[in-house]
Amino acid sequence: MQQNHIDALKKIVGEDNVMTSTEDLFSYSYDATPGHAHMPDAVVTPANTNEVSQIMKLANANKIPVYPRGSGTNLSAGCVPTKGGIVLLMTRFNKIVEIDLENLVAVAEPGVIVADLNSTVAVSGLIYPPDPGTVATATLGGTVCENAGGLRGLKYGVSKHYVMGLEVVLANGDIMNTGGKNVKDVSGYDMTKLFTGSEGTLCVITKIIAKLVPAPEAKKAMMAIFNDLDDAGKAVSGIIAAKIIPATLEIMDNATIRTVEDYMKIGLPLAAQAILLIEVDGNPTVVEQEAAKVMTVLKSNNAATVQIAKDDAERDKLWAARRAALPALAKLRPTTFVEDATVPRNKVPDFLRAVSAAAQKHNVTIGTFGHAGDGNMHPTIVCDIRDAEEMKRVYLAMDEMFKTAIALGGTLSGEHGIGLGKLPWMENQHGAVSMNVMRSIKRTLDPNLILNPGKLVGEC
Amino acid sequence: MSDEINVKDINAHDKELLTDIQDALANCMKCGNCMAVCPIYKEVGKENSVARGKISLMEGVLSGKLPISSNFEKAMSMCLSCKACATNCPCGVPADELIVRGRQAVVKARGLGPIKKKVFALLKNRQLFDFSLRMAGLFAPLSFKKLPGKMGTIARFPMPGMDVKRVTAPMSASPLRSQHPEVIKVANPKMRVGFFTGCTINYMYTDVGQATINVLKANNIEVVMPSMQHCCGTPVFYSGDVDSAKVFAKHNLETFDSYNFDYIIASCGSCTEAFKIEYVHMFKDDPKMKALAEKISKKTYEISEFLVDVVKFDKTKLGPVNATVTMHDPCHMVRGIKVTKQPREILKAIPGLKFVEMSKPDRCCGSGGSFSMSYYELSRQVNDRKIADIGSTKADIVATSCGTCRMHIMDGLEQNNMDKETLHVIQILDRSYQAGSKK
Repeated sequence: MQQNHIDALKKIVGEDNVMTSTEDLFSYSYDATPGHAHMPDAVVTPANTNEVSQIMKLANANKIPVYPRGSGTNLSAGCVPTKGGIVLLMTRFNKIVEIDLENLVAVAEPGVIVADLNSTVAVSGLIYPPDPGTVATATLGGTVCENAGGLRGLKYGVSKHYVMGLEVVLANGDIMNTGGKNVKDVSGYDMTKLFTGSEGTLCVITKIIAKLVPAPEAKKAMMAIFNDLDDAGKAVSGIIAAKIIPATLEIMDNATIRTVEDYMKIGLPLAAQAILLIEVDGNPTVVEQEAAKVMTVLKSNNAATVQIAKDDAERDKLWAARRAALPALAKLRPTTFVEDATVPRNKVPDFLRAVSAAAQKHNVTIGTFGHAGDGNMHPTIVCDIRDAEEMKRVYLAMDEMFKTAIALGGTLSGEHGIGLGKLPWMENQHGAVSMNVMRSIKRTLDPNLILNPGKLVGEC
Repeated sequence: MSDEINVKDINAHDKELLTDIQDALANCMKCGNCMAVCPIYKEVGKENSVARGKISLMEGVLSGKLPISSNFEKAMSMCLSCKACATNCPCGVPADELIVRGRQAVVKARGLGPIKKKVFALLKNRQLFDFSLRMAGLFAPLSFKKLPGKMGTIARFPMPGMDVKRVTAPMSASPLRSQHPEVIKVANPKMRVGFFTGCTINYMYTDVGQATINVLKANNIEVVMPSMQHCCGTPVFYSGDVDSAKVFAKHNLETFDSYNFDYIIASCGSCTEAFKIEYVHMFKDDPKMKALAEKISKKTYEISEFLVDVVKFDKTKLGPVNATVTMHDPCHMVRGIKVTKQPREILKAIPGLKFVEMSKPDRCCGSGGSFSMSYYELSRQVNDRKIADIGSTKADIVATSCGTCRMHIMDGLEQNNMDKETLHVIQILDRSYQAGSKK
């Protein structure tokens, strides 16, 4: 990138909104993924769609890479400016444009923090369900780009189920609108779904039309401890077979249980092979009936102990172990990889066993917890990235883990995205034909390959 | 070795300054959870204004990619030391302490800024410091105009480093410790405590010091204010000048130890934290001083904590204070010494007082001690959110337990045209005792 490009950017967004000092560039060279960092040439903070359009025209004409970025909490290196160029910081797009209570729709800019959107609509008794772990920091734009999910995925789905329409800027600077407020809309290719989860490789999102749903009136949390992993697996399938779709159905494996107990001393049995945390929500009467059914299923599948929360204080206690899973694991070692390989729910026990076997074989520490109800697991590898020999073993274990997930009919990513982190296994999952189709879409929409180049579909 | 120094030498030297915190920095997993709670990030929105960004910059220095530059210094200075990031960190990274280490490296690599250098040199000389602040108190009316009915003043004419609109604390014409004998006796004392006044209470908010003395006397406690006590060292410590902070610490530890008090109290969260926590950390590599610091630490209490947990203060003599009161938790109270229940217990014990909790009472008021001197506009923006939260409680009085919080909230209320009193918890309790004695 040349000085005249920097000058042109300053003309578009104003001097104060272009950062070029070494320290500033260094600050945007990474995201929340360990092991990936690269300095951009400029960090640009546009204020409106028109400015984004002008930036894209400039970048396209000069073949300068552009990396859209929100809060930079990405877990697959999606925000890392690997080829230099422009980090397009979208945090000034921070307005909630409209809350439409008649259509249950929110129109918001991509820089809005997800939790802020939720606290705004909570006043009207509504929720925007996607709630990734980073809900208090992540931007709406970032979560839409990554198609983020969260703890309520089983019942409420992920981001793509709530994005009804978008305003985007294409690689050539053209402004495009997709979808709208219509519940039913089959007009044309579903571009909204294509752009949702496109990880900044196809367009820059500048406005989001999001679906809202009524907040559940009541919740009930339960916890069960199992001495046998297969019993826990059967309990998960049993709950669904009993025609109950809990909002939350979480699992923690033995390694995680041990780590949490060591950290919190809350009396979890160290020999337990799995803990399930279940929460049903909805109409108070139905919630009571469903909770009773869940308790029956847990007991009939040999749960060693079962607990049900009588009030909010007890609910907090049951949740404490699950909430502590990531912090407790992360405190063990300096570096933490949180993966999100996902398998069909009836394969969860098989996957957990394979992960522990891989951990043992390669002598690495992996604790797995995750969303058992939707099969979305979070094998969490803790290590020290400064130890090259250990990292070799970590990557071997990762390789086994991802290949197992694919072999079980699963997928590389349930909610974090591919970015660079999982790119090496994309071909394994999708095969040559799919990769070709995806790459030709990328080439059509971004012929100069300037939008987050090299990510998601790799080099084209 | 030649006399010439090149960039490589400087980077290698800078790197050395941070080597011992290499592991602590590596524990940050860059999740960015600190962004949710950092008051500065909320206003500035830039990566290097939040803990994750600052830690990365330090790692950049360690890897030899960045020098300790003026931009590095600026980034490290953009922190209120409110500790919210450390409390919210899933990995338990003490980011607030690491940022102080970053500042310390700046001091070593680049020296203190010219203003701080002068102020801290003055601070280190106890007699000269005392003299200067007394003079400031005597001449204060010439340069500052007192606001009617409040412990607040505004400048009469523009002064360097001061925003003209800003409301600050009045410099007292006579410091607290000059208004009283060293030992304040009571008949049949049940215990004898050493009162560490701290600078804001001794030189500015003498009303808080007086209230502390009154309340302790009402509870039959002999109060001693050692005349040789000096600044607790917190301002210099947080600026990165740890060597100077140690001078203050040693002086205060030895001074208070020589009296052999039953307990040591302070009416300021930050001063208490210095005595209770920081002095022990400071001397972690000096066994003799560490043992002394631990001994003093065990005896030290913040005034509300002392009254509730140790004294079990006399509730029979309380009279009515008819007011609605809300409470701001100073950062070094809530996240430093972790005292939040006791001040509330005191307030709720006062007859006639209606206590209303504000939204986010533990969010930083934006003062950050000397931060508000360097970045007044930014500290106002942070404070405006606090003032809005205070406003929605409709309280008459804002209670808090820290002089600099009090000053900054008073200023905020004035700038936002809100007519409310800002008082230390102990002053409200003192009013209650006084009302009780009139019965």
